[in-house]
Amino acid sequence: MPGINEGLALLSEQFMLMAGLAYAVAFCAFTWDLVTYSKTVRRGLAVETAGVTATAGVASADADQLVRVGAAGFMGQDLGAGPQGRGVRPSSKTHDGSDGITAGDSMRYGKAKRRAARIAVAITVVAAVVHGLAVLFRGLAAGRVPWGNMYEFCTTGGFTVALIFLLVLTRRDLRFLGTFVIGLVLVMITAASVAFWTPAGHLVPALQSYWLVIHVSIAVMSSSLFTLTFAMSVLQLLQSRRESSIASGKPDKALVMRLVPNALSLENMSYRINGIAFVGWTLTLMFGSIWAEKAWGRFWGWDTKEVWTFVIWVVYAGYLHARATRGWTGTRAAWLSIVGYLCVVFNFTIVNVYFSGLHSYAGVGS
Amino acid sequence: MREKSVQEVQTKNPSKDDVELPRLGFVGMLRWAWRQLTSMRTALFLLLLLAVAAVPGSLFPQRPSNPSNVTQYLTDHPTSGPILDWFRLFDVYSSPWFAAIYLLLFTSLVGCVLPRAKIHFKAMRSAPPRTPKRLSRLAEYGTVEIPAGSGVDADQAIKDAAAVLKSRRYRVDVRDLGTGRPSVGAEIGFLKEVGNLVFHVSVLGVLAAVAYSGLAGYSGQRVVVEGETFVNTLVGYDTFTPGAYFNSDRLSPYSVELDKLAVKYDRESPGHYGQPIDFTASLTTKDGPDAAAKQQVLKVNDPVAMGGTNIYLVGNGYAPVVTVKDGTGKVAFQGPVVTIPTDGAYTSLMVIKVPDAKPRQLGFVGFFLPTALMDTSTGVAYGSDPDPFNPQLNLNAYTGDLGLDNGIPRNVYTLDTSKLKQINGRDMKSGGIVLAPGKSYTLPDGNGSISFDGIKRFAALDIRHDPGQVYVLVFAVLALGGLMASLFLNRRRVWIRTGNHPDGRTMVEFGLLARGEDHRLAGESAAINKALHAKWVVPADSPVEDGNRTPPNQTDTGTGVTVSSKDQ
Ligand code: HEM
Repeated sequence: MPGINEGLALLSEQFMLMAGLAYAVAFCAFTWDLVTYSKTVRRGLAVETAGVTATAGVASADADQLVRVGAAGFMGQDLGAGPQGRGVRPSSKTHDGSDGITAGDSMRYGKAKRRAARIAVAITVVAAVVHGLAVLFRGLAAGRVPWGNMYEFCTTGGFTVALIFLLVLTRRDLRFLGTFVIGLVLVMITAASVAFWTPAGHLVPALQSYWLVIHVSIAVMSSSLFTLTFAMSVLQLLQSRRESSIASGKPDKALVMRLVPNALSLENMSYRINGIAFVGWTLTLMFGSIWAEKAWGRFWGWDTKEVWTFVIWVVYAGYLHARATRGWTGTRAAWLSIVGYLCVVFNFTIVNVYFSGLHSYAGVGS
Repeated sequence: MREKSVQEVQTKNPSKDDVELPRLGFVGMLRWAWRQLTSMRTALFLLLLLAVAAVPGSLFPQRPSNPSNVTQYLTDHPTSGPILDWFRLFDVYSSPWFAAIYLLLFTSLVGCVLPRAKIHFKAMRSAPPRTPKRLSRLAEYGTVEIPAGSGVDADQAIKDAAAVLKSRRYRVDVRDLGTGRPSVGAEIGFLKEVGNLVFHVSVLGVLAAVAYSGLAGYSGQRVVVEGETFVNTLVGYDTFTPGAYFNSDRLSPYSVELDKLAVKYDRESPGHYGQPIDFTASLTTKDGPDAAAKQQVLKVNDPVAMGGTNIYLVGNGYAPVVTVKDGTGKVAFQGPVVTIPTDGAYTSLMVIKVPDAKPRQLGFVGFFLPTALMDTSTGVAYGSDPDPFNPQLNLNAYTGDLGLDNGIPRNVYTLDTSKLKQINGRDMKSGGIVLAPGKSYTLPDGNGSISFDGIKRFAALDIRHDPGQVYVLVFAVLALGGLMASLFLNRRRVWIRTGNHPDGRTMVEFGLLARGEDHRLAGESAAINKALHAKWVVPADSPVEDGNRTPPNQTDTGTGVTVSSKDQ
């Protein structure tokens, strides 16, 4: 067993701190992006009512562009058949965002330049690189995978959330999730460093198994995906309220939500991601059972951690069912996705910290 | 699949069912109840109920895993405890209400899966559905024009198109050849539904295998001190839990001797100083009384397999070796005493019962400390390290009737001192017994003596036989495969129709429709478009010579969606 490298461990913590600061800046930039965006839209709308759209130099180019497509939106918009009714299953494009009320459902990058968002993404990349190094150094310092206690689950988990977010960003424009996702990563790093901090060390014998590498890494990745869908489901609920309020003729109060695709496409996108994450969670459950058989002599024993892993699995199975059940798509499915994620968070925090069980190795408390 | 699902159609009009209810009669009632039970809505409800029902098992101590905590809870909560117990909240997972939920769920599952399987089996064997009149109304639509003089007429073109689809693994059916408007219908992705069925059946299989593993297996615990041997017979176990099908002939008479238990603690990182980093048990094993001895190593996470069982290292601790002489000077007890570690420093609870001591039986209760330090303010010793750097016994002694003779089973790790007379203690004149290795102590009032001869370690072993778990694994893997097929495959239909234009060109149009969720349909459409162009060597976006070509109808995609959503 290689020794603990205290120097690298210290370096890791310094990098973690730097990453945290960088994320904080990225968080501000994402927020700034949302603020400037809704300002631009408001300015554009004002220009349009004044009837001087054509006058050059009055409206900024992108505001103008938004307005042109936005004018018709209030009435004959196509916001999809959902979310109250039966969800339309995407067989093709359902909504291209041309009404200006919500973004297109393809979630692809548009032409409009959002400088603040670009800066935010760039800073996030820097933060993630530093964060990745911090995680790497932690692993090197301890001579093992860097996920053996709560501090490490949290920091490594935060890194995968950021990484998966950035990876998805290369294919789809999910920058509207930036404030949320980076905010969450920030919370994870802070919680890890403040509440769960543990010095780098060896693993207790129960954790010395290659199943730690497999089981926990898949659990962390699935949880990161669930994090993204949680954010989308929350936005879906907000967007669907906004859509029905606009449909009933009320003014559009949350201009920022124009950045966000319509509720239906949010639902479809989170369904796709939840499908992948559910397979991941199924693997987590299976590998966990195999490991439990190796370590404790039984593959399933209703240990608290096992109970909650099972509960999460069943809730998301319910979510997948809901999507195929009349009257349960849309808002109700979104609530199930949210409940599922709350269970994930509960399983990770409360169960690890306050419940005793065979899994009480997380390095907090004792 | 969905629109054909019997349940879906039948639950469409619940109000109608309600109205008809009084006239249904008994059989009708049963049929109605069965339809309700096997509806998607009920399945969803039962799934969510199952999730909720599993939660209390993590909030209250459970008998199977933690019987002593349940007893403790019942003493601590004399009023609420028995009520909770009546609701079986200390045995959630074997309670009737929990069983009721999952049995209903699985009944619903069977009722759901069987009709679906039948429908799907039929669908797999029948030809793809007839070609719709207006392909342009489908979710995805495209056209290809084969220029005049290429020698490809409508019939030839449809055969080519069928070949293209076939090479893309579609099931194809060519129709209306020779009518001037031939077409091909194609379908792909039957494995999606098969996967769904396999998944659901396998979940059922997992449950059955888990039940079987509970019935057919057995498990037992045994604490072995260094130098001791465990023989796999019923009397060899400290505790033994057989499944319903257990038969003691099945125990293969192997033996396991614990030669040494090596324990390593972290001496390196200040933050984890004294935390265990390795437990290694060296064993001498024999497959039977006459078999050759083998050396094997047992570690945490690395069980040893013997005689159809697996042996797990689940715990360890110290067994100080003591000798007790009674008042007559005879050795009344000698040997290692298994202690129960209570913290990370292995402060270990120790109980010694000496029923053979004369004239009075003797009992000892106290602690073994591997590394004892003295708290100078209180004068009490405490354990500061799990390694035996300064081992010490701290004991109180009792005399009287230990209560071992009246046949009531007693826990060897506790001593009921209420009817005993204490003769040693920290608060007494005689003081407590404090012993270092090699030392001995003479008990007051001629009750004999006790000596601390040395230290051994013990290993707590779990021995399991579980013939069912391999089936659990098989079904779980099947379920996973089915799940992935069901979630990630797409079921699609494609129709292609051709026609001869009077000017000699051959017109080809194609349309795609997804069954269920399919976000890659547009991609598939593009791929088919490309493949068709390649087949007839038509440049992908060829400039249309006559300029008469009507631009693709902008509303097509919109209406296409309506069509596909109605389809569900
Ligand atoms: C132990 C109970 C059950 C579990 C864990 C479970 C789990 C799942 C999961 C994870 C899916 C989504 C993946 C897939 O499409 O294969 C699914 C789909 C489905 N389940 Fe279940 N299920 C259960 C019981 C039932 C029951 C009782 C029914 C029927 C009443 C049912 C009907 C369906 C149907 C129709 C789908 C397809 C939905 C779609 O096409 O999107 N399931 N189930």
